[in-house]
Amino acid sequence: MEPLRVNWRVSLRLLGGVLRWLTVPLALPLGLAVLDGDPLVPFLVPMAITLTAGVGLERLETEKAMYTREAYLMVSLSWLCVGLLGALPFVLAGDGVLATPINAVFESISGITTTGATVINDFAAHSRSILLWRQTIQWLGGLGILVLAISVLSQLSVGGAQLMETESQTQDVHKLTPRISETARLIWWLYAGITLLAAGGLFALGLAGIAPNMDAYNAISHAMTAVATAGFSPQPDSVGAFAPAAQWLIVPFMFIGATNFILLYFFIKGDWGRPFRNEEFRFYVALVVGASVLMTLLLVVDPDVTTSGIEETVRLATFQIVSLLTTTGFATVDFNAWSPAAKHLLFTCMFLGGMAGSTTCSIKLLRWLIILKSFRRDLFTTIHPEAVRPVRLSGRAVDEDTIRDVFSYTMLSLVLFFLGTILVVVDGARIGLGLSEFEALSAAAATFFNIGPAFGIAGPFNSYNPFSDLTKGAMILMMYVGRIEIIPVLVLFTRSFWRS
Amino acid sequence: MKVLIVGGGQVGESIAADLAADHEVTIVDQRSERAEELAYGLDVLTVTGDGTEVDVLEEAGISDAGMVIASTDDDETNIVTCSTAAALSDAITIARIKHTKYLRTWERADRAFGIDYMVCTNLLTAESIVRVVGLPAAIDVDPFAEGCVQMAEFEISPQCPVVEQTIEEADRYDSLTFAAVLRDDEVIIPDGTTVIGAGDRVVVIGSPESVHNFADSLEPDHDSGTDEDVTVFGGSEIGYHVTRILGERGFSPRLIEQDHDRARELAEQLPAAQIMESDATDMEFLEREHVDEADVVIAALESDEKNLLVSLLARRLGADRTVAVIDTPAYVELFEAVGVDVAINPRVVVAEEITRLTQSDKAQNVALIESDKAEVIEIEIDGDSVLSGRPIRESVGDLPDGVVIGAITRDQTFVTPRGDTEIQPGDHVVLFVDADAIAATTAKL
Repeated sequence: MEPLRVNWRVSLRLLGGVLRWLTVPLALPLGLAVLDGDPLVPFLVPMAITLTAGVGLERLETEKAMYTREAYLMVSLSWLCVGLLGALPFVLAGDGVLATPINAVFESISGITTTGATVINDFAAHSRSILLWRQTIQWLGGLGILVLAISVLSQLSVGGAQLMETESQTQDVHKLTPRISETARLIWWLYAGITLLAAGGLFALGLAGIAPNMDAYNAISHAMTAVATAGFSPQPDSVGAFAPAAQWLIVPFMFIGATNFILLYFFIKGDWGRPFRNEEFRFYVALVVGASVLMTLLLVVDPDVTTSGIEETVRLATFQIVSLLTTTGFATVDFNAWSPAAKHLLFTCMFLGGMAGSTTCSIKLLRWLIILKSFRRDLFTTIHPEAVRPVRLSGRAVDEDTIRDVFSYTMLSLVLFFLGTILVVVDGARIGLGLSEFEALSAAAATFFNIGPAFGIAGPFNSYNPFSDLTKGAMILMMYVGRIEIIPVLVLFTRSFWRS
Repeated sequence: MKVLIVGGGQVGESIAADLAADHEVTIVDQRSERAEELAYGLDVLTVTGDGTEVDVLEEAGISDAGMVIASTDDDETNIVTCSTAAALSDAITIARIKHTKYLRTWERADRAFGIDYMVCTNLLTAESIVRVVGLPAAIDVDPFAEGCVQMAEFEISPQCPVVEQTIEEADRYDSLTFAAVLRDDEVIIPDGTTVIGAGDRVVVIGSPESVHNFADSLEPDHDSGTDEDVTVFGGSEIGYHVTRILGERGFSPRLIEQDHDRARELAEQLPAAQIMESDATDMEFLEREHVDEADVVIAALESDEKNLLVSLLARRLGADRTVAVIDTPAYVELFEAVGVDVAINPRVVVAEEITRLTQSDKAQNVALIESDKAEVIEIEIDGDSVLSGRPIRESVGDLPDGVVIGAITRDQTFVTPRGDTEIQPGDHVVLFVDADAIAATTAKL
């Protein structure tokens, strides 16, 4: 038997570090449980487990440094283990649908992957502390993906991710050292700061009486999942439960969450023009504005949509567009009732995603931009076959291998998405759900691209509970694979990963 | 002043010939026959040996040299020679460099390698090519007085509107002076009644705008300025710099390079240009890409013969003007006779630049017309000059024959020389001087 070529001990040891730190966020819902007088066991047991497992794994003796394979393994294991351990509080609390393990894991994975798809059909059945844990795990998922994207994936060259602006490409290396821990610390401050700003803003609206039901609990909950572009809400009607001012305030934070955090860092440091010199950012702004305007027009001409005035129409259009384009998944209205054109526009937005290097999911605008530019180049070289014309992004020439990576990544995403759709629609027919093809497509997209709400039975104010356990299991896998950019998980299933 | 020239090739020889009259010149060359040849041909001393060796430099008299010029064909040798010279003496060091990478190092660090002046052949050649582009019919263009004044030499084709006109009729531009007409190897200093004929070459001096306008009037049907369709053949360093500078000036040039990797590299570095990967002599490609419609074709391939071939090919297809980089000085006239419109020799360009650097303080800038037939020089006027403080009408009588005052700049602004213009100390004067009158003129000014 050939020896293993992966030094799995290194991966496990690093995983131990991640698990040990998971104890800290578990203390947040624990605190609320103490205040509310809810049972403490659902949080104390996972805390003990994560701490023991974490410290135990960290004691693994190993001396070798981490290379590409170990990084892939560590990344894949981290998301999986945190997702599984995150389900423990739901199971231990044993309330409502979350008592079933498959539902608990679905909810937890939907959380850690910042998807926002929920199986909960009765929010009143769950304690505030359990609902807060849902929010917390999403916020952690957002933080995790930021650190992963900016410091690990960008160096592993996953599907063109190396093109995004990262700290190693900047001149500011002495401040932004390329080491993962330094980057993580930087991202952490930025991320926590923006979340605090969002929570403070929402809470202020509540205090001022503009959004009366926006108390501290709701403010923190929604701030966490807005910045993480995740989309869980402890309210059954999502952000629709709050006053227009609160809805408007959440829009910019979803937008910021889907912006490259390194750009944000430079913006905050005073280099205000930097985001606008970035082509991907300009593309992002143009798409958000363009889609919102188009959606407003679609709502204005739709006789079935009645609003109190133009402000509400613009707000409905902008909020849903930003929410789905940034893969957040909040809703202020049940867009199931909208016209097919409007629904289709939202569906298209699911495939876009925000910028690379943000908390957003889906294919991401960086890749779409490269694909568009590369198409344009191909049109030119059809007429001038000898022309040598590199694809440029923000003025820099993009490597041809990277373009190929981007194409294959996007193709792979779409193939997996269609396979997922087939499973959802066939399995739906098996248990007699009566899914339309559009509903199945949207449910597959909403999970695989980590959006959250879909159309039809999995609509924004509905739940994923009616799906069969098999479909839920497949969706869990899709959310997981889709979140960490597919490749780190898929390579684990190749022989060459484990052997020489 | 004692001047040491290391490297007795064409560049070294050309500089030595220019300096020998006024300076004590010593040439160091490795080849003993070459050293002997130079010692006979020029009024110079020669030393046989390697210019990077201390002994050789000392034998050549480095200790009391005022200037060391390293002009071999090898960049590294020139740099080491200058560094060695700087270590041994206080002489001013000038290095001839081909590749811009050393120039960039030198520009960034103050006096890197101990070199006082670095003269980059490839860059200078590219710059002189670019000056010709955008001025239809121009065969040589040189800037003076920090760009306020331009000297340009034009070839008058039979279709030119100025053919059979007198200078008085052709001179419709305020700030333009007709300095000379070159006809069959003869330099004619024109007056108002001189008639311009087809095949003449006209030297004009004036403000860049007026030179440009005059160029346009010579070829009225021609695209001018940045609309010119420029095609560069060969992604050599010269080709790269020509394309880069044109791109920076707002042109959209095409660059054709055969090597796949080099083409890609150029495409990444030159966003303003259109890079194509093809053999320069592929007729089907040239026709398909409409090289026949090019206003200027620049041949900067690796060999003189290929450049000639491409120029002739482009010409036959219908390109308006061809510029070729010609390394062998002996080919220049031949190629121009066969049909290359402008042949640029990097060695002549670099020798001119080095001569310029070695000129005494008064003559700040020199351009050679047709290699040696005449010079255009820029002089700063001091109180002792015969030109100082008098109207030109009076002072011009004191100047030798064959001298034309082309332009005056005062505090960086252009002053048109007229009979009653009074030249003041501190003014810069750009003069056209016939080769026979050079010595006499420099003495008077």
